[in-house]
Amino acid sequence: MSKVVLKRLEKRFGEALLSTHDQFGDETAVVSPDAWHAVALFLRDDSRCQMDHFIDLTAVDYLGRRTPRFEVVLHMRSMQKLHRIRVKTPIDLGPDGTNPKVDSVVDVWKGANWFEREAWDMFGIQFEGHPDLRRLLMYEEFEGHPLRKDYDANKTQPLVEYREGYEKLAPFGLPEGMPFGRQVHDRWKVHVAGRQTEGDTNILGFEED
Amino acid sequence: MEPLDVELEDGELELPTDPMLLNMGPSHPAMHGTVRIVVELSGETINKADVQIGYLHRGFEKMCERGSWTQVFPYVDRLNYASPMLNNVGFALAVEKMLGVTVPERCQHYRVLLGELARICDHLVCSGAMAMELGAFTPFLYFIKARDMIWDIFEEETGARLTNSFGRVGGMADEPSPNFKEMVRTTIPAVVDLITDGENLLLENRIFLDRLEDVGIIAREDAVALGWSGVVLRSTGANYDVRKHHPYMTYDRYDFDVPVGQKGDNYDRFMCRQAEIKQSARIIEQALDMMADEGPVNVDDPRIILPPKEQVYNTIEGTIQHFKIVMEGIKVPAGECYSYTESGNGELGFYMVSDGSGTPWRLRIRPPSFASTAGLEEMITGMMIPDIVPTFGSINMIGGECDH
Repeated sequence: MSKVVLKRLEKRFGEALLSTHDQFGDETAVVSPDAWHAVALFLRDDSRCQMDHFIDLTAVDYLGRRTPRFEVVLHMRSMQKLHRIRVKTPIDLGPDGTNPKVDSVVDVWKGANWFEREAWDMFGIQFEGHPDLRRLLMYEEFEGHPLRKDYDANKTQPLVEYREGYEKLAPFGLPEGMPFGRQVHDRWKVHVAGRQTEGDTNILGFEED
Repeated sequence: MEPLDVELEDGELELPTDPMLLNMGPSHPAMHGTVRIVVELSGETINKADVQIGYLHRGFEKMCERGSWTQVFPYVDRLNYASPMLNNVGFALAVEKMLGVTVPERCQHYRVLLGELARICDHLVCSGAMAMELGAFTPFLYFIKARDMIWDIFEEETGARLTNSFGRVGGMADEPSPNFKEMVRTTIPAVVDLITDGENLLLENRIFLDRLEDVGIIAREDAVALGWSGVVLRSTGANYDVRKHHPYMTYDRYDFDVPVGQKGDNYDRFMCRQAEIKQSARIIEQALDMMADEGPVNVDDPRIILPPKEQVYNTIEGTIQHFKIVMEGIKVPAGECYSYTESGNGELGFYMVSDGSGTPWRLRIRPPSFASTAGLEEMITGMMIPDIVPTFGSINMIGGECDH
């Protein structure tokens, strides 16, 4: 069924379609990273493909086995036509070991949002155009990307210190937004037993020694 | 008592009108202990929500890259701990797809039977927990009692109640026990009775219905683009069930329906789950009739299946074969493969890359509730705080698979 899709891709993209195969019965197209976003958009909108159902997006690290080293893998299917396809793109680290980059497909399928965040978290792949590329499973202070083959499985990282500042946890880019408990507003003046405390963190007004 | 604001001048104490940030979880009874939701509130309405997962991240995929293919089974048990058998079977099917083997028919029916029993457990836990979070404790007890009866079957068959680790590449760890069929035949009607009792307590309950109907609505197109599958997708009216549309094992031979919802609200999700339990019971009845009492369970392939213990201890061939499989692992042909099955929450996929050795090069799990939880943010935006609880309950976030 998805042979049709491979043919459509071949006709439309030609050179940018690097290779195809159907190992174990899974039709696969390998495309060049430059065409990544265009291929995704085409697969979703083309009337013969209609790949509207987003399934999976992940990455594989082929350290020491292949160059380019990484592969971003996308699975999707069509609700109408019931066919499935896998699209892959090979990417490599930047010239000085910087993170590999590829276009984000969040604007094509919004479900890709968390999957790309996870791939960034685990493999350090930078999805350009992603609205909110934060770590998802690991914490902000974590160093490195654990599913890379050069990350030792036995490696441990120090415990994170108690977060004093607000900026680490603020989710919406609010520098003052401390999601725990109440926050102190400038305009919020607290009057406790005749004592006025302004902008004080001791908001409940406990007596200080 | 002296008022606190004695020196207050007129109009000096203003109520803050700025949006307020509120943190829910991870230690919150309704968040199942593994999810944190930071919401920005205007009054009681949610302006923005940020769902944060990862509190149960165990580096599952990294662990799989260190052992043999068979050693993955205990890990997949702990993915969706509400229905470990479905994960077991899903993973076994994935490796078998790469190896190009098909298990005997008796084993396929056996897998279907155990899988559908696990699916009933999964739906019961979700519906029960959801009702309990809304204050209805009695149905929860009914449902858990029903689940416990199914767990007794699992205990009899596998020796374990929760994490069975019963699947094997090329078959099952053991063949069905002699009184397996009889046990299932007597248990299923009792389970269905209990579920009906529990449902009756809920479905005419005004409090329960008010918090479910028209709450947490999601459009069909959104659910599809978000990559949802399983009950949460079907509740929106999209008809997609892996068992029907891409049949695996013997699912094309059973007569069963796929319940779909209309609106995609919490009520539809709850009802789809309950209807699916009945369909699972139908499948179980048919599979019981079709499963042969005698016959092999494992494939006859010495590369995959451990030899009988008699041979291992008495013959050199048996010892070598046993040693090779245990120490080197099953040699899976090099290549990549994506295999998917219908788990309790939806499409559970395994994307596997093998380099031809006995160890997976990469084993990626596509957890169904990861996609559902990603859509939660969109669903709860614009709702009220109390609506988070049933909505979160109805998407059945399972920390084990969602956080990898």
